[in-house]
Amino acid sequence: MNPAAVSTLPAAAVRASALLVLLVVWQIVAWKVNDPLLPSPAAVFVSLVHHLTHGELLHHLGKTLMRVAAAFVIAMLVGVSVGVWMGRSKLVNNLFDGMLVLMLNLPALVAAILCFIWIGLNETAAVLAVALNKIPTVITNIREGARALDTQLLQVGEVYRVPRGTVLRRIVLPQLYPYIMASARSGLALIWKIVLVIELLGRSDGIGFQLGTFFQFFDLTSILAYTAAFAAVVFAIEALLLRPLDRRLNGWRA
Amino acid sequence: MKLVVDIRRKRHPGKAKDTIGRLAFSAESGEFVAIVGPSGAGKTTLLKIIAGLDKDYEGGLDGAGDDARLGFVFQEPRLLPWLNVADNLRLVTPALSPALSDAEIDAGLAKVGLADTAAQFPLRLSGGMQRRVALLRAFLVRPELLLLDEPFISLDAPTAESLYQVLAELRSDVLPTTLLVTHDLREALALADRVLFVSHSPAQLILDYPIRLPKPRRRDDDAVSEMHRALIAQYPELLGGLGTARPNKEAA
Repeated sequence: MNPAAVSTLPAAAVRASALLVLLVVWQIVAWKVNDPLLPSPAAVFVSLVHHLTHGELLHHLGKTLMRVAAAFVIAMLVGVSVGVWMGRSKLVNNLFDGMLVLMLNLPALVAAILCFIWIGLNETAAVLAVALNKIPTVITNIREGARALDTQLLQVGEVYRVPRGTVLRRIVLPQLYPYIMASARSGLALIWKIVLVIELLGRSDGIGFQLGTFFQFFDLTSILAYTAAFAAVVFAIEALLLRPLDRRLNGWRA
Repeated sequence: MKLVVDIRRKRHPGKAKDTIGRLAFSAESGEFVAIVGPSGAGKTTLLKIIAGLDKDYEGGLDGAGDDARLGFVFQEPRLLPWLNVADNLRLVTPALSPALSDAEIDAGLAKVGLADTAAQFPLRLSGGMQRRVALLRAFLVRPELLLLDEPFISLDAPTAESLYQVLAELRSDVLPTTLLVTHDLREALALADRVLFVSHSPAQLILDYPIRLPKPRRRDDDAVSEMHRALIAQYPELLGGLGTARPNKEAA
């Protein structure tokens, strides 16, 4: 095949075949090694089906998803509000900047331990611990966007005395969408990762808790099955939610 | 609404020199006044002050700022690229209740020669078309005071000429007191009832020149050309070098 032909292949086909090659390599290596500590993709798939139909995978996945959603919404709301505020006001920025740097560098584990000890081993503490890890990165992102707002367009709102709420909705937020989308993407990834650690630490359900249990039995097949279920959800959110949203918000670009 | 401008001094923070010196004039209700001066003379700053965007100056205003319903056409169309044409027009008219109907928007667009563009996004329109939308936007608020900041700059002559007509037509309905800032003397002569010449910054008034030619005029009308020639012959140092006029020239 010549290079021109390769480049005309649809993007989806390229992505799928890369994943497929990975699976095939994994399967071959697993055969060769033949050790329960390296289960083959086929074994993982069988385990996944088993956990889906007979186990509690859906229950734990649901729990984890709820926590991810709650932490995500809180982090985005707080992060965007504070970010815009800090980006538009020097005073507010000076007030919160030190705290922001501190929060950015606060280890996830420390935030989790503090929340669990101070608030208790409950849902609120878990969700808050996750959100606390994400909020500072959202703020940092959105603050950049708020600093880069186009004064010329803001002046249009000012000259025509457009009410504040409308200015925010129609003039400010659309300029922040790229920053918000970037925060949402990286945020979802970060929250996924942290939520499991926090479940492992202080909850008795959710995927993180389950992984901890499988770890104690060295049940690698189940761990990978849970991971696969989880990866499928991430792909679904990206394809069904984020990408269509992106397209919608960018429809005006010529 | 009569506009009275009396600026004693305007200096941008951190600048060593005043942008605007003593600058006082008035415009009668419905009058079209052009302000002509060299680039960088502080003309845009003047419009910002009159619009209330810049409140950091010494002096006073009447019939401007928060007193008057304001239309403002900027150097660039400044349409919001993520809103279609109709939503761009609705954005500036929040006080209108009920909101502008589709039919009213279509009628407005038809008047400026843009029928069937209500659902288009601005970036899909040509520069001239975007400027038409920006002009229409300024008139939809039924302004008492209309400020035009070189809105026809960087357009080819036929496009500019067609926009003059759009402007004249829109003005005839609403008749706002109009202030046009430009460094194009022909444009000023073609459009205005009166031309104010301002100096290099710090901007000061150096000549107040009424135009009593019948309207509508075109920029290449014989009468306009004749007046252009006569002005340059009469005030060579003022207009021959709009860029070199000195601030201490006395008003004629």
